[in-house]
Amino acid sequence: MSDDKFDAIVVGAGPAGSACAYTLAKEGRSVLLLERGNSAGAKNVSGGRLYTYALELVEPGLYERAPLQRKIVREQVMLLNERGATTVDYFDPSFGADVPQSYSVIRADLDEWFAGEAEAQGAMVAPGILVDDLIEEGGRIVGIRTGDDEMRADVVVAADGVNSLLGQKAGLFPDAKPQAVGVGVKETIELPDDVISARFGVKDDEGAARVAIGCTEGISGGGFLYTNKSSLSLGIVFNPQQAGRQQRHIQDIFQDFKMHPAIQALIDGGTSIEYGAHLVPEIGFHGVPKQLSREGLVVVGDAAQFGINTGVIIRGMDLAIVSGLAAARAIVAAKQPADVGALYRQQLEELLLIANQKAYQNFHGIFDIPRIFREYPNLANDAMRFLFRVDGKTPKPMLKGLLETVKRNVSFGRLAADGWKLYRHL
Amino acid sequence: MTIKRLSPEDLLALDRFEVDEGNPHILVDKAICATCKGRACLVACPARCYRLKDGEVSFEYAGCLECGTCRVLCSDGGVTRWTYPRASFGVSFRCS
Repeated sequence: MSDDKFDAIVVGAGPAGSACAYTLAKEGRSVLLLERGNSAGAKNVSGGRLYTYALELVEPGLYERAPLQRKIVREQVMLLNERGATTVDYFDPSFGADVPQSYSVIRADLDEWFAGEAEAQGAMVAPGILVDDLIEEGGRIVGIRTGDDEMRADVVVAADGVNSLLGQKAGLFPDAKPQAVGVGVKETIELPDDVISARFGVKDDEGAARVAIGCTEGISGGGFLYTNKSSLSLGIVFNPQQAGRQQRHIQDIFQDFKMHPAIQALIDGGTSIEYGAHLVPEIGFHGVPKQLSREGLVVVGDAAQFGINTGVIIRGMDLAIVSGLAAARAIVAAKQPADVGALYRQQLEELLLIANQKAYQNFHGIFDIPRIFREYPNLANDAMRFLFRVDGKTPKPMLKGLLETVKRNVSFGRLAADGWKLYRHL
Repeated sequence: MTIKRLSPEDLLALDRFEVDEGNPHILVDKAICATCKGRACLVACPARCYRLKDGEVSFEYAGCLECGTCRVLCSDGGVTRWTYPRASFGVSFRCS
């Protein structure tokens, strides 16, 4: 293999890498797709939702072959305090009339499938190979090193994930800053299909996606819960810097969330079958390195820190797929390796990835409002308690009671300041 | 089975690991950790690979989930080397 020279070597068989390899192979290019896990997906953890449009961009109808879990028809936002929870539940099965808008996914299945699709198009897929380094000659990247082996290509695609050691080795960007990422922990909990459908009020192939705030002990971050076919993905993403400054272990905070009565009711009777953790790009466009390529190398997916988190929409895999597609199109269009970088930029613009990132570019500033993660969820639940409480005593006048509820949790000065901050960042 | 609060050991016992014995993929210099004030790794490593033993930071790579949190958070340089495990070693997720 070391004598062969490929048109492209793609490092990492996640959604970005496989989308890239799939497209290149389909265009008749020789592609080697390397994966450090024993199979694609074996090293990957995600919350668990894929927005389908990205697979449609790669090839219309491709999603129909994918091992998707449930079509998401319920979007839920949960505000917790110690006692209870207030949940906003938006039911809309019509999202994406022809092509369903999003699905819950399990990465071990999805990634292995996608790498298999790339292989079926003609890509050479090699799992169980860790790339140690890049080969540089005359200022250009010309291949990769793995153990004692060298493999060469016109272009190396770094799809090596959020930690992108390759992008760092290439000098494209420094290591991630703790304020730019989130640390996610997740338990996968097995439950019978029909129990999941009944608990979440959905049909067999439909599911719910839930985000939760008020479950992080005031640390910037939030919980998530996705329904798979016969399991639930339950987890929390924390701001690691803030998590590191307090005393409780994030595992303990996560287990508190799991045992919260409002979560308990949903997972009761289930069996925990896996525990995972992963970093996620957390600050959107501001976290994307200025330089995503140099001659012979392009960076895609989490490695390029693509990600969008609006609090209710959390995107990563779709952006990864789009960026992998953009890189493949750039490589196909390039007359020489030196042209790839500029063409990649152009494709990222044309496929609207940059426009999507920019649309939410200041959003992460909202998460700097510390009261979002404790005081406001408390306030919401206190207000609900006031509204729904009946105990036979003389009720307080409605307005007075509500104002008192607000005051108990946050001063009006703070409320005004936070409102202003929210307005500015939106 | 019923849902219960899982200990750190319980959580890691759910996962499949192939440990590269005698060949840690992350190296930690305890002398540096000894003077570190932050020690964010103690509470933020999702696998609890970093623990305080007799006032010293001890590190165990066997249950590492390969997330990168320690590398990103390490303020004083106690994590002197951070790589992924050699191919075929480390954690293998089946349903995440």
